[in-house]
Amino acid sequence: MEHRIGVFVCHCGSNIAGVVDVKRVAKQLADYPGVAYSTDYLYMCSDPGQNMVKDAIKEHNLTGVVVSACSPTLHEATFRRAGAAADLNQYRVEMANIREHCSWVHRGDKEKATEKAIKIIKTMIEKVKQNEALEPISVPMTHRALVVGGGIAGIQAALDIANAGHDVVLVEKTPSVGGHMAQLSETFPTLDCSQCILTPKMVEVSQHPRIKLLTYCEIDDVSGYVGNFKVRIKKKAAYVNRDICNGCGLCVEKCPRTVASEFEEGLATRKAIYTPFAQAVPNKPVLDRDNCIYFESGKCGICQKICPVDAVDYEQTDEFLEEEVGAIVVATGFDLYPIVNIGEYGGGSIEDVVTSLQFERLLSASGPTGGEVRRPSDGEIPKEVVFLTCVGSRDPENHVSYCSKVCCMYLTKHAMLYKHNVHDGQAYVFYMDVRTGGKGYEEFYQRATEEDDVLYVRGKVSKVFEEDGKVMVWGVDTLTGRKVEIAADLVVLGLAMVPNSTAVELSKKLKIQVSEWGFYSEAHPKLRPVESLAPGFYLAGAAQGPKDIPDAVAQASASASKVCALFSEKEYHREPIVAWIDEDECSGCKVCISVCPYDAIEFDSQKGISRIQEAICEGCGACIAACPSATIQQRNLTDSQLYKMVSAALED
Amino acid sequence: MRLRLSREVIKDDLVRRVEDLSGQNIAMCYQCGRCSAGCPVVDEMDILPSEVIRLLQLGQIEEVLDSKTIWICASCLQCASRCPRGVEFSSICDALRAIVLRRRIATPSVDAGDVSRVMVTDAPQMGVVGALRKLNG
Repeated sequence: MEHRIGVFVCHCGSNIAGVVDVKRVAKQLADYPGVAYSTDYLYMCSDPGQNMVKDAIKEHNLTGVVVSACSPTLHEATFRRAGAAADLNQYRVEMANIREHCSWVHRGDKEKATEKAIKIIKTMIEKVKQNEALEPISVPMTHRALVVGGGIAGIQAALDIANAGHDVVLVEKTPSVGGHMAQLSETFPTLDCSQCILTPKMVEVSQHPRIKLLTYCEIDDVSGYVGNFKVRIKKKAAYVNRDICNGCGLCVEKCPRTVASEFEEGLATRKAIYTPFAQAVPNKPVLDRDNCIYFESGKCGICQKICPVDAVDYEQTDEFLEEEVGAIVVATGFDLYPIVNIGEYGGGSIEDVVTSLQFERLLSASGPTGGEVRRPSDGEIPKEVVFLTCVGSRDPENHVSYCSKVCCMYLTKHAMLYKHNVHDGQAYVFYMDVRTGGKGYEEFYQRATEEDDVLYVRGKVSKVFEEDGKVMVWGVDTLTGRKVEIAADLVVLGLAMVPNSTAVELSKKLKIQVSEWGFYSEAHPKLRPVESLAPGFYLAGAAQGPKDIPDAVAQASASASKVCALFSEKEYHREPIVAWIDEDECSGCKVCISVCPYDAIEFDSQKGISRIQEAICEGCGACIAACPSATIQQRNLTDSQLYKMVSAALED
Repeated sequence: MRLRLSREVIKDDLVRRVEDLSGQNIAMCYQCGRCSAGCPVVDEMDILPSEVIRLLQLGQIEEVLDSKTIWICASCLQCASRCPRGVEFSSICDALRAIVLRRRIATPSVDAGDVSRVMVTDAPQMGVVGALRKLNG
C-alpha cells in the first residue's frame, strides 16, 4: 500500500513555536518517505486547524495523519473525530507529542529541541504507516447499577439513577440506610434538622419500585467489566427473618442484654437484638450474635419466644446473592480518625473529651440526653466548652496531612447550637485557620462570633488534662502571643475524616485505585472528579475525600448522571487498542493469564490456547512482555511497529 | 504565665461598657489587621489597634487602659474607613479614654481658658480640638 501521510505541526501559540523551529520541522518532514503533505499552524486544535486536517485528508487522499502538538491525553480524541469526519479511519490518526515531551523541557536549546521534535514525529509517521483501520469494540451492557453504601451520597445516587428509569441495587452494610447524616443534629449553614431532611429520602429509597435495597449486606466479590459486572453480595445473618418481621419491637423491648450503641457513639446503650435508631429504614431488627445470651450459653431465647410472627431464627446463616450490573457507584463514606490516637488531648482516657459525632448526639433531640447538652461524666450541663479544630488533620508528622474540610464549619455549628442550648455558657474554638469555603458559610461563621459570642482563639492546643474535676486546656493565642488556659467542663475534638474502615479492602475487590490515605482516586482531579480510572466505577461522597453534605449530594448526582450517560447507549463501546493472540503460535503456557491484572485472558482448553477477552483487556501490555514466544501483540502497537519507531528515532 | 480564660474574664463588665459607650461590637473584629496596617500614627503606639481589640475580646481591658495607643490615636478614621467589618476603632479609643478620664487618675484635663492665643493661632485647629476632646473625656 502506498503511504500518504499528512503531518501537521502545531505552534501552540509560543508553547511549541517559541522553542521548536516549526517551519523547519514541517519543511523537512515534507521530504520524509511516505509523507504526502506537511504543514504548520498556530493552533491545530482550533476549528480552522481541524478543518485543515479534514481538507488535507480529502485533497491529498491521505492514508494517515500525524498531528504534532500536545499530549494525546489532551487532543487525541479531537483529531480522531476530525479524521473520521473526513472518512479516514480514526485509528489512522496519531499525535506526536512535541510539547510536553520536547518544547516544554528543552527551552534552553532550540536547535536540539527542533531536531528532537523531528525525530518524535518521524517515529509516529512510522507507527501510522502500519496502523490498522480498527473499529471500537462493542459489548453488550446490563442497564442496571449497583450503589455501594447507603449514606446520603449512596441514597442520592440511587434515587437519581432510579428516577432516570434504570434499576438500582443499593447495598448497605449496617442494618439501616442513613449513614452518618442520620446521626447529625442540625446541619450548617441553614440549621435544618438533619433527620427531617434525610428520612424522606430514606423512605423513598426503600419504596422506590426501581431500587432493590439490601441492608445488612456486604460486597463479597466483583468480577466482569464495565457494562457486565457480576457481583456477589453477602447477606449477613440477621437471625431475624426480615421478610416476615412486622417491626413490632417486642423482641427489642424484652431482650435482657444491653451493649453500647454504635449509633449513639457509645453514649447510650442498645439491646443485643436491635434497630439502630427509631427512624431506621427498614425498621426491622437484627440480632447481634456476638452479644447475644442465647449464642453465648444456649439459654434465654426470649426474643424467639415473644415474637408474634415467628420471625426470629437462630439457625439463619449468611447467604450469598448474585447480581448483574453494568455500573458501580462507590459511596462508602467516612469514619472519624480514632480518638484513642490523640493521647495528648486525653482521647479515650478523659470522659469529658468527646468526638464531634458524640457531640452531635448530645445536641440531637433524639439523642441520649434528649437534646440537652449534658456531659458524659456526671450528666452536668457544661458551662465552659472548648472545641478543637484540626485534631489529627493537617498534621503530617503525627497523623494525617490533609485538611478534613468540614470541621471548621461543624464546630462553628456545634458552638452555635451549644449557645442556643446553654445561654449562659461560653464556647471557645481553637483554630489554625477558619476555612469557610461554601455558600453562606462565612456568614454563618461571622454570626457565631457576633451573635453567639463564640470566642475563636488562634492556636493549636498543646495538651488537655484533668485537674480538680475540670478538663484543662493549654493553648496559645498567637494573635497576642499569649499562652492561655481554660478550665473547661467539656472538650469536643474535631477529628479528621478518614475513609471508612472497609474502603481499602473493598478497593481490592473492585480493583480500583485508592490514594495515599485510602480515599478512592478520581480519574482526573479537575475534569473527571467522579469517575474512577477503572471503567464503570464512579465515586460519590466522602469515600473520595472529606466532604460536607452539599458536596456529597452534588457528587452523587454527578455520578448518577455519568451512569445514565453510560446507560444511554444500548451497547458499550471501547477502545480497540488491546492485545491479541496469534492462535496458531500460542503454546498454551498460560503465563499471560498469570500476569494479567484484569483477568482478561481465558484459556480455551479444547484448543489448548489462551484467548484475550477484548471487552475486558485494558491494553496494558503485561501479557505481551511476558509471552515467551512473542505470540501476543498489541493492536496498532506491534513489535514490528515498535522496531520501525525505534529505528526512526535512532537514525541520524 | 498563662492567661486563664473564662466566661467571667471575657465577659468583663468594663469591656461591655466600652461597647456601650462606643456603639461597637467587639466580637465583630476578625483580626485581619487592616486598621493597624493603615494607621498613620501606628509607629508611636505601643499596642497595635487590632491588638487592642483582640485584648478586649480576651477581656484584658486593664492592659489596654494602660497603653499609650489610646492617647496616640488621632481619630482620623482611616481605620474605620478601611475596616471590612465596619468596626470604628477610633470610637473604641474614645470610650477607652473616657473610662480612664472618668476614673480621674489619668492625665490632667485641659481647661479651655488655659489655651493660649498663641496656641490657637499656631497649632493646627484639629490638634486643639482633639486635645480638648480627648483630655476632657
